[in-house]
Amino acid sequence: MAKETERLERLERSTVWHETLVQGVSLEGTAVLLRELVAHLRQNRTQLREEWARRITEAKLLTAMSKDEIFAEATAVYDQYVEALETGTFEALQAYARSLSERIIPRGVETHEVVGIVLLLRDVLARSLFAKYQADFTKLDRILDAYEPAANRIANTVAVGFVQERERVIRQQQEAIRELSTPVLQVRERLLILPIIGVIDPQRARQLTEQLLRGIRTNRAKVVVIDITGVAAMDATVANHLVQTVEASRLLGATVIVTGLSPEIAQTLVTIGVDLGKMNTVGDLQGGIEQAERLLGYKVVPIGATS
Amino acid sequence: MEVPVLKQGPFLIATVQAALTDEDLHHLRRAMVERVVISRSLGVIIDVTAMDIMDSFASRTLREIAQMIRLRGAETIIVGIQPEVAFAMVQLGITLEGVVTALDLEEGLHYLNQKFESSA
Repeated sequence: MAKETERLERLERSTVWHETLVQGVSLEGTAVLLRELVAHLRQNRTQLREEWARRITEAKLLTAMSKDEIFAEATAVYDQYVEALETGTFEALQAYARSLSERIIPRGVETHEVVGIVLLLRDVLARSLFAKYQADFTKLDRILDAYEPAANRIANTVAVGFVQERERVIRQQQEAIRELSTPVLQVRERLLILPIIGVIDPQRARQLTEQLLRGIRTNRAKVVVIDITGVAAMDATVANHLVQTVEASRLLGATVIVTGLSPEIAQTLVTIGVDLGKMNTVGDLQGGIEQAERLLGYKVVPIGATS
Repeated sequence: MEVPVLKQGPFLIATVQAALTDEDLHHLRRAMVERVVISRSLGVIIDVTAMDIMDSFASRTLREIAQMIRLRGAETIIVGIQPEVAFAMVQLGITLEGVVTALDLEEGLHYLNQKFESSA
């Protein structure tokens, strides 16, 4: 170790030589410095960790978590951080960042908080390096050269891990909403209803059409009631799409009845000049189902009324 | 590729087996329109289940066949249009207006049977 340090000091003195160092040697130099750095961080673990936890509370980050929880996570993050510095591999840290995100996202922890605490740790550690090497500026400079890229990469890894987890959750929820929002239901033999609720964007409209056409084939439907009571308004593109869906259903041999058109949607349909001969519309869902039953030859009567 | 045409009671059934060239379509039109009177059929079913593409020429020809057969005194119904094909068609503005369509052969037969039962 003493030999190493001596060699390093010699390297430092000859800056020209330093510049022309082959990469292998310079990497080795960084590795040595990082090792020294890691030893320092291990030694002062308790104190630095406390300092960090104190600064987190001071900055009012992670307010959704209790003090003990913050301390426990801080310990884990600290150890992972030092380990990433030591080994130069980020897989373990990445995995940890992902599991941490999984745990804290449902509790409402924001992106700025996660990025904030990692940057705080970076600052706390950098401060301790300043304190340790204040006597030897050249050494400090080189230590920081080794520390900064690794620390930045760690901050990056954690932040990206958090954001990715967040996006994954959002994607999952979008998928769930999409699945939930387009049920094609059979209410009688050969009669389907498709209740649409919420905003329809072109993508959802396409998906609705696909599901409906597939539903017509699998259920061998003759009549379909599309209820759009839950849709406040739609733009011309989506309105056109609706008309196309009606026509495509007819090509599969099914009659479509559209119910619950709001005044706004009626206006949109009139503005785009829809051929009303092709659109079979009824005021509300009940009327739509009654008409569908008539088309299918059903007659619903109260018990006892026939006798 | 020639389209086989089968006689099933009072109806003719033409089953398209693969994508049709323009020439095949012309041939189909001539064959159907001729045979409908020779066989004294009341209705014609054209099954297009196997067609995964329906271009404007094909759909126009199908429509012409339906109209010509109407003039020759019979009904036409087109069955088996696939969901994807149906949506692609309406997006191209092809809606086979005035032509009766049904889900599949069974539905088509049911439609024609009912129609001629009630009129008989």
